[in-house]
Parts: sequence; C-alpha cells; structure tokens
Amino acid sequence: MAKVNIKIEGVDYQVESGLTILEAAKACGYEIPSLCTFNHGECNQGSCRVCLVEVKGARGLVASCVYPVSEGMEISISAPKAVEARRRSVELMLSNHSKDCQQCEKNGKCELLYVAQVTGAQEGKYEGVQSEHYFDEIAPGLVRDTSKCILCGRCIERCKNAHGMGILGFENRGFKTFVSPAENRSFADSPCIQCGQCVNVCPTGALMEHSEIAKVDAALASGKHVVIQTAPAVRAAIGEEFGYPVGTAVTGKMIAAQRRLGFERVYDVNFGADVTIMEEGTELLGRLKNGGVLPMITSCSPGWINYAEYNYSDLIPHLSTCKSPHEMQGALIKSYWAETMGYKPEDVFVVSVMPCVAKKFEKEREQLKVNGIPDVDAVLTTRELARMIKRAGIIFNRLPDEEWDSDIMGAYSGAGVIFGVTGGVMEAALRTVYHVLTGEEYGKIEFTEVRGHDAGIREASIDIKGTTVNVAIASGMKSAKVLLDQIRAGESKYQFIEIMGCPGGCINGGGQPYVRPVFLPDEDDDILDTYKEKRAKALYSEDERQSVRQSHNNPDVKALYEKFLGEPNSHKAHELLHTSYAAREGFNEVK
Amino acid sequence: MGKLQADAVRTIKEICGRYKDERTPLMMILSDIQKEYGYIPLEVQEIVSEETGISVAEIYGVVTFYSFFSLTPKGKYVIGCCLGTACYVKGAQQVIDKFSEILHIKPGETTEDGMFTLDALRCIGACGIAPAVSISGTVYPKVTVDKVATIVEEYRAKEGAAS
Repeated sequence: MAKVNIKIEGVDYQVESGLTILEAAKACGYEIPSLCTFNHGECNQGSCRVCLVEVKGARGLVASCVYPVSEGMEISISAPKAVEARRRSVELMLSNHSKDCQQCEKNGKCELLYVAQVTGAQEGKYEGVQSEHYFDEIAPGLVRDTSKCILCGRCIERCKNAHGMGILGFENRGFKTFVSPAENRSFADSPCIQCGQCVNVCPTGALMEHSEIAKVDAALASGKHVVIQTAPAVRAAIGEEFGYPVGTAVTGKMIAAQRRLGFERVYDVNFGADVTIMEEGTELLGRLKNGGVLPMITSCSPGWINYAEYNYSDLIPHLSTCKSPHEMQGALIKSYWAETMGYKPEDVFVVSVMPCVAKKFEKEREQLKVNGIPDVDAVLTTRELARMIKRAGIIFNRLPDEEWDSDIMGAYSGAGVIFGVTGGVMEAALRTVYHVLTGEEYGKIEFTEVRGHDAGIREASIDIKGTTVNVAIASGMKSAKVLLDQIRAGESKYQFIEIMGCPGGCINGGGQPYVRPVFLPDEDDDILDTYKEKRAKALYSEDERQSVRQSHNNPDVKALYEKFLGEPNSHKAHELLHTSYAAREGFNEVK
Repeated sequence: MGKLQADAVRTIKEICGRYKDERTPLMMILSDIQKEYGYIPLEVQEIVSEETGISVAEIYGVVTFYSFFSLTPKGKYVIGCCLGTACYVKGAQQVIDKFSEILHIKPGETTEDGMFTLDALRCIGACGIAPAVSISGTVYPKVTVDKVATIVEEYRAKEGAAS
C-alpha cells in the first residue's frame, strides 16, 4: 500500500493512503468521537457531524469519517472550533432525543451517551420542537422507540447486508423523518423475521429486544417450579458483559449465577440438542430411505422459520418437522421431568436463555403448545440474563465454576454444544447419521469441512461407506435464498441443508452482547472482524473437552428413549417433539 | 394483497419492465404508476418490490419523501399552490388558506366528492408570475385571495356542464 505523510496536531505520521481521517487517526493513536464506530459500510453517510475536525486549507470543518487523507494533510482534532462543533452536533441530537436515560436499558452501552460524555455535550442546551414519536411493542421479539432514534440508518443497512431484506427504511422527510417498517407498521405486521440483527447495531435504545425479565420475576415469586435452560451460544458470549475477553467460555460461572438467581433446575439446552439430533437424524434417514421430500432443511432457527413461512411457503415440506432444541426440551421438562418429579405441567415454568430474539416470537406459536400449555414460558436474551445477574448484585468473576444440574436430563454431548455456530447442527447430525448407517463411529469424529463462523454458503459431500450425502450450510437469509431458489428451480443437488437465521449462526444472534469497539478497549481494532470466530472457537473447544461427543451416546438420551419415548420418531416423540408450519402473509391486513 | 385486479397487476409489471435495464429505475417506475393511477398504495409497492428487488420499506420511503407521489387517490383536479420563497412573500399562504376554506380540506387532502386535491408545492420555477397556482397542468399567474372563489367555480361549472 502506498503511504502518505500527514500531521496531527503538528506531529508527523505516515499512514496508508486511502484511509479516512478517522481511520488514519485511529492508526496514529487518536479516537475521534464518532457514531460510526460500527463502520463496516453500515454507516457511511457522514451525516451525524460528530467527528468534525479541522484540516488546514479545507473550507470549513470536515467529517473525518468520510474525508480521505492526502499527502501533506495537516489535521487538528483539538482546534477549539472543532471541539465546539463536535459538542454542538451532539447537543443538537440530544435536543430531539428522549430524556429517559436512567431507565433506558441501553444505558452503559449507548453510543450517543458516550459521545455526549466525550464531547462534553449538555442536555437541554437547545430547546426546540420535538418530532412526533412512535412506539411499537406489539411484536414479541422487538421493540421500536423512535424517540431514541438518531436516524443513522445502521439498522436499515444491517437488515439488507445480513438478509437482503430491508424491512426498515426511512419514512417521510426532513424533520418528520423516522425509521420504520413500511406504513409505520409494527414488526409483527410486516414480513420481519424478528432476528434482532438491527438491535445488535442500533447505537441507542431505539431498537431493543422485548424484555421478559418482569415475567421471569413474577414466575419466581409465584411459587411455581421455575426451570431455566440455556442455549450453547450464550456461554461463549455472556462473559463479555462482565469484562472477559471476547471468546471466553464462562459456562461454570454462568451456571453458578443462574443457581443464585433462584431457579429450581439449571439445565443445558444441549440435552435438547442431542434429542433434536436423534429425531432429525432419524427423519433424514427416513426421507432418504423412503423417497421423502429432499433436501431436508433444519428447523432450529426461528428467524429462518419466519423467513420460510413468509417467503418460501411452497418449500415447507422440505423443513424438518423437528421443534427447535429448547422447545423440545421445554416439552420434555413439562412431561418427562414433571411426571418424574410428581409435578403438574401447569405448575412448571420454563425459562430459556437464548442468543436470539426470534425465540421470543417462537415460544408464542400455537404449534408449540401441548394441550394449550406452551413448551416454553419465557425467553431471555444473553443480554437480559446479564442484566438480571448484575441486578442481583452477583459478582460474576468471583463465582465458582459449577456444573449443570443432572438428574434424568442433564447430560449432554459435544455435538449439542456446537449447535451454536453455523455448520454445527449439520456436523452433529452427520456424527449420528454415520453411526446409524454404519453401526460404527466416524473415526476422527469431526466433520471439519462443514465448519465456519460467518455468512456464506459451504458445501460438502460426505461418503458414508459408499453412500454419498451432499450437504450445504447457509446462514443469513441472503445466503439461504441462493439455496432456496435452487430447490424451487428443481436444481438442488443436496440431500440435507442447514440454515441459520443470523450470519454466523447463534454466536452472532440478535440477543448476544453488543460488540462495540468503544466499549471494548482491551480488544484489538479488528474485533468487528474477529468476534464471530472467537466465539465459535470457544464452542468448538468445549466440544473437544467432552468425553461424549455424539448425541446417540448421551446416556440420558438413551434412557429417555428407553423409559419414555420408545424410539426416535415414535408416536409419542411426534406428539411432543415435532411441529408444523404455515404460510404467512407479509403485509397482513391491519385492523 | 389480493385486492388488486389482474389487469392492474399486469400494467404495473409492464411499467416495471420498461425500466429493467436502468441502473436506478425506481423513480421512473413510481412516476409512471403515479401518472397512470394517481396514487401508489402499499399493494402496488409490493409488486414493484418483487419486480425490482428493492425492499418495500425503501420504496415506501421514496413515495413518502416526494410530495409528487401519493399513497391515497388524488382528486380529478389537483390544485397545486406554490409556496416557494417568491410566491410566499407575495401572499401565497393566504391564497392556499382561502382554497382550504372554500373546499373544506387541508393541504394534502382530497374533497369528499373526489373532485379536488389541494397540494402545497415548493418552488415550481414560475417566480416571475408569483403567486402561482397550477391546476392539473394549467398555470394561474398572480393569484390573489379574491380570485380563488372564481377559479374554484370555473371548475365546478365545467363539471356541472359535463354531467
């Protein structure tokens, strides 16, 4: 790369040409306040004016996020004019912003509040007209509060980049502009898949998950038997909320914290994941043997299921009928476990901790109720669990490492752990399918060819003693669409496809801790490029550490089938563990 | 969806097809639909979205950004009062207020009989004849408050004669 010479505050530096002033300054050790720390092409409008600096010879101050460096450029970040302009930019933004920072759940992770502190902006400096605000809390997954929106457009870009969808857009113009689904509809009345990727990039509290902490509090106070179960991807990320480096698995401490919050049982959803593999693997083998609809597509991700029901309902027969792991486990907790304990199903309350906001929607599905009782009663995101732990005064890093509860359904295999990353369900299924077809264990256990940690399509041909199974993996709807269109056109060469809603899978789910460089000062500058890989590694190492690494070898799963379900895909298994799907209208009639 | 008639769907698809080689076809498509039907409701935007791959939210954003596009049907006669700087200082606000008073509608609305829509326009480039009013293509120069009633009557009479 060519280099250029620049000066910052009169000091000489050599930086790569082609960088913006903001990037060049960062390389030289300066953090210019900005609202596009998430600058992955997801905000490049230069419209917020928070990063203004003085450039000698330039007409007026320049926005450093879009202004490229050039040879001999002399930059001043601390020029009084620039300092004052940056402060004013933020003050103007604050003048039309909701003032409930105290109770805002984004507090502590709010980038607007951060730049306000850094620039010294004062609230109420400009008393002006307030634009009209809208509040949407109809959707089970997401809440939208335009009084906190700064119109940066990151959410719009993320929806397009991750999914090729664009549910959100700017409506109206000028002072009346706001961000919303078309017609200012609720997320619930538009073809939004409620994946929460927009929440992950929102710099303020304008887009948030629909909190269910109050519901869990009420259940804990009610005297019900409250059971908590946690998805694999949560352990790989929740440590970030307590200052651990990105990619640290904090499984033992997370379990200890949950126990201290007063839950009667602390289970790992991995048990449910192992059961899912037994059911889904058997379903796949059945389809292969009996000429069933192929390729079969996984059904663990509720964001993906939403997408399928809205956009590809003609392909519903391709979806596995398996419930997602936490729904399976919820159904088993309210039947198998409750029976053993002598509890009535209605006296058991199941809380799932998920890296996901679409799961909040999923648990409300009519198809996921048995005799009118939902399999799962409340879904907390990774972030919400962290909030509950902090609220309870638990000092997370001083907790001992504890083990999951294990009575009749605690044990789990390494195959369950890797469900949390794209390709994981596929690999877990292949480990078991191989065994069922050959009666032997796959020598090296791992099917590394299906592994990854990002969006995009991966494919592999697995030779199972003469039978070739062609598989493909996609995460993010943009990638999934390619595979789905192949099926529609009758050109798909696969037998089995794994699709996850979020790019990279659950490790990058819409309910995971926010990855914001300004709040992660100990991480490298490229953390936005590396966090998915780091979280994925944490899961793969936990898999490696397990003595049992195939779902069919999980002793509790074996016992479950012997004592309760009979065999995979039995009548009872179908009643409890399988579900159905239905086409849905994207922009339905709103009354 | 499903409310649109088959021939309307066909026409909209045909309009989208006209600009399939354009790099940014959206404005042209919406412009043609607006001219053809007088408005661009969500059901129509969904078809445009399917045909062009542009998201419904983005199309909706464009439709609500430009005052030329409308989400609801416009009247037979669209009265556009210029409120650009020159017209404004020459009293255009009083002119549009008078139209509002006589027609019992606010700017942006349509009369119940579907006859008139009142629009506030930004500069239409006729500053020399300010304040200017444009009614379905006919421009009225130097309109004053006391001329408003006569103009409205002119159109009502035309309609009366036709029916």
